Amino acid sequence: MKTCVFERHISNDARITGGLLKGWRLIKDRGFAYLLFSLSFLGILPLLLIVGYVLVKGISCINFDFLFSLPVPVGEMGGGIANAIVGSVVLVFIASLFSIPVGILGGLYLNERRSSKLASWVGLSVEVLQGVPSIVIGIVIWMWVVLQMGHFSALAGGVALGVMMLPTVVKSTEETVRLVPESIREGVLALGIPYYKLVLRVLLPMSKGGILTGVLLGVARVAGETAPLLFTAFGNPYFSLSIVKPIASLPLVIFNYATSPYEEWHRMAWGASLILIVFVLVLNLSARFFVSENSLKKVFLSGEKSEGGE
Amino acid sequence: MKMRARYNGSENKIKLKEWLFRMVLTAAGVTIVLLLGGIFFSLFVKALPAIKHNGFYFIRGSVWNPQSGRYGIFSFIVGTLLTSFIALIISVPSALAISVLLSEYLPGYRNGRFFISFLKNATDLLAGVPSVIYGFWGLVFVTPVIRYFEELLHLPVYGVSILAASVVLAIMILPYMASISREVIALVPAELKEASYALGATRYETVGGVVLRYSASGIVASIVLALGRAMGETMAVTMLVGNSNRLPANILRFILGPGNTMASVIANEFAEATNSVYLSSLTEIGLFLFIISLILNGIGKWTVRRFAL
Amino acid sequence: MKKGLAYGQNRIGRRLLGTLMVFLLVMLGSPVFARGSKEHRIRGEELLGAGATFPYPLYSRMFHEYGRLRGVKVNYQAIGSGGGIRQLLSKTVDFGATDAFMNNAEGILHIPTCLGAVVVTYNLPFAKELTARRLRLSPEVISDIFLGKIRKWGDPKISKLNPGVSLPNMDITVVHRSDGSGTTFIFSDYLFKTSEEWREKIGKGKSLNWPVGVGGKGNPGVAGLVKQIRGAVGYVELVYAVQNNMPYAAIRNRNGKFVVPSLNTVSLAADIDIPGDTRVSITDTSAKEGYPISSFTWIIFYREQHYSNRSIERAKELLSLLWWMVHDGQRYTKALGYAKLPEAAVRRAEAIINSAVYDGKPIEFGR
Repeated sequence: MKTCVFERHISNDARITGGLLKGWRLIKDRGFAYLLFSLSFLGILPLLLIVGYVLVKGISCINFDFLFSLPVPVGEMGGGIANAIVGSVVLVFIASLFSIPVGILGGLYLNERRSSKLASWVGLSVEVLQGVPSIVIGIVIWMWVVLQMGHFSALAGGVALGVMMLPTVVKSTEETVRLVPESIREGVLALGIPYYKLVLRVLLPMSKGGILTGVLLGVARVAGETAPLLFTAFGNPYFSLSIVKPIASLPLVIFNYATSPYEEWHRMAWGASLILIVFVLVLNLSARFFVSENSLKKVFLSGEKSEGGE
Repeated sequence: MKMRARYNGSENKIKLKEWLFRMVLTAAGVTIVLLLGGIFFSLFVKALPAIKHNGFYFIRGSVWNPQSGRYGIFSFIVGTLLTSFIALIISVPSALAISVLLSEYLPGYRNGRFFISFLKNATDLLAGVPSVIYGFWGLVFVTPVIRYFEELLHLPVYGVSILAASVVLAIMILPYMASISREVIALVPAELKEASYALGATRYETVGGVVLRYSASGIVASIVLALGRAMGETMAVTMLVGNSNRLPANILRFILGPGNTMASVIANEFAEATNSVYLSSLTEIGLFLFIISLILNGIGKWTVRRFAL
Repeated sequence: MKKGLAYGQNRIGRRLLGTLMVFLLVMLGSPVFARGSKEHRIRGEELLGAGATFPYPLYSRMFHEYGRLRGVKVNYQAIGSGGGIRQLLSKTVDFGATDAFMNNAEGILHIPTCLGAVVVTYNLPFAKELTARRLRLSPEVISDIFLGKIRKWGDPKISKLNPGVSLPNMDITVVHRSDGSGTTFIFSDYLFKTSEEWREKIGKGKSLNWPVGVGGKGNPGVAGLVKQIRGAVGYVELVYAVQNNMPYAAIRNRNGKFVVPSLNTVSLAADIDIPGDTRVSITDTSAKEGYPISSFTWIIFYREQHYSNRSIERAKELLSLLWWMVHDGQRYTKALGYAKLPEAAVRRAEAIINSAVYDGKPIEFGR
């Protein structure tokens, strides 16, 4: 184990400062390691409990019918959440379309113009935006989009979700790009390469792991949000792909089923929750695959972000 | 710095592209500010009738009675601050532990790569669980435990409480801190760490003295992000916080008893509010959350400036 | 270094482009798949409705059947009575649904669609023994409990109503609704009528300033809390209590009879004079055998149907739907646990539906 290396160093030290110091520092080091492991375990334990719980309660519901058919009212057999699955995909797509470009560009702006007045406003805006309750964003988008269009739409829902995703994308872009060493920046500029190429060809690829994390985090969150969709996307018991009509989504369906009186619907709510969690997991893994340079197998096993081409 | 020999002719084209690029970046920045400004403006306009109607009672009063037209949110403010901060206190150690583990410790093990991947995906997955599920899960796993303690301490037994909401919030915000911190920590230059080890420092000392110091601003940014998330969370909190507007004097009683938060009240009552002053007051709560976020962010920035590298 | 970067970029670029193209194809092709998107088509019209959560299961059943019968899609979302009213006032939906009728209803018509009831449920260890004869409560006792004046189950006021049953001296934990709801409105409306103290201190409404207790979100929230906390008491919709096998109390009505809530007693509660516009509260009903905490639930729509580009076909579709709901649609109520409309209410609803106009002229629609 690695600590052996340290012991060699420390024992040199100890000859100068005495044996007790060596022991105490070692204890601190070991103790710290144990602390970290236990805290991490404590952090992950709830996840195992939650996923396990949803799995147990929802698995009985999963079958072909459930995934591919439309909902039926109470009392009828079968019925599924196909429209909700598709709806969630559409909404997340629209949200990403809006928030990823603006988010990444915003994060880059914050990095390069750190001292300007506008930059401090942007930073402030992003942080405050994160704290706005999801229902408030839904209400505002309702005022801006739904009332203007005169009806509910998937577009409004997507925009609301996009606004919610924005802070996460901006912040993670900003923080990871900022950590690219100055030496690299200076080197590239010294070669006479224009600034925009520096950003597009060097900075972005180097930080793509961090940016991707921010995007995935944002997507994961908005995929499970109900409140902003209540007054924007509205919901739809039928299948719809149109962006100018109301659309169904998994969290809405979960909420409606879970708050109903019927045992059958409760079961379906758990099934839908399981689907949602799986959806997020699949999104995570496939996005990492898209961005990495490694083969699929390596992505699953290593989990390391690929080297951005040092 | 320009190498004239290479870019002769296409110099202007490059300059144009440069300028365009910078404009695009600025445009993105402006869009974000306009977005927030727009939200603020819309909220303000809608909340104006309530601001006039409620005056300062809004902040100091603790009676929220839509029937009689009295709207005081003091107990909601306390509830929001308590739940958010307790959630932070609970989750920051775990989140940081996970990030440090991922980049400093696990890479050294033989099966480290599997655990790294597992831990990364696990924390990101936590962010993907819908808030409604967190609420239900909390009702099944967290509230009974709290009820046990309430009985032990001879307090009225509810289960749903500020503490229940805080615990589940802590789990919900963990991914935000853990993910962003781990990215930031992983980018600490290897030379700095190697220099530290070369001087004879233990891993503990390196992590504390070099790694965390270097990534401090990123970590604080992630904490602020997580705090924002905690304050704005509605669904899970409203299922677990007990929704009671009382303000017991004893802090322990308060934490182990039901309370209320601003976001929760908005979510609960907005759908059914028809009276215009009522709606306006709910919007005023939204506006107030805005302002609290601003203040907290200001404090956060000031702290970073004072203590970071 | 450069070579590796360029290659990596291309790969991302290619993969992203590929996904983007697939998506665009899907989106552009969607008008082909999405039916009912043209305003002027009669077949395949899609009507939008929003509002109360209470009748949601019934409406979803009704609209599903109606879609099968007439080919008209109805999209109803349960965003709450207030939400329904707001969306109707913003003209983003064809009709709204609410458990509490609007007080100021200029130009808006109400028709009742079914009946529901609010029951008082509790968590007492001996509750099973009571199933033969339920816990009995009176409006005064209920008011005192929810005001926090009666704090223990052993209180003499409760035992007086339940002779022969030994109640433990447990603390009463009140559970109410945290979210604004029609259920709260109906419950408080009843106490408003029957208890002066309640009228003064609390009033009636969808969101109240509860003096004691905890709040649960939605009917399941309240039910869940009541089930988990020993000695708890709360109020939920009848449908909910029945579907989840929860114990509920028999309540003394105006005529002194302890009425057990059921579909039958709820329908009986509506067996009274109903005003022309059907905006009436039937809590504390004068009907002899009626359950005192019952209520209609309404659908609201505009009298003048020509507003913001509404076609006359759309108005006709709406009226046909509403007509069907109060006639043939009623056959779906019982199986789902809702009480059907009494004849008098149906007559009133017919008159109201017939009174809708388009540009001031009556509308000829298929019945």
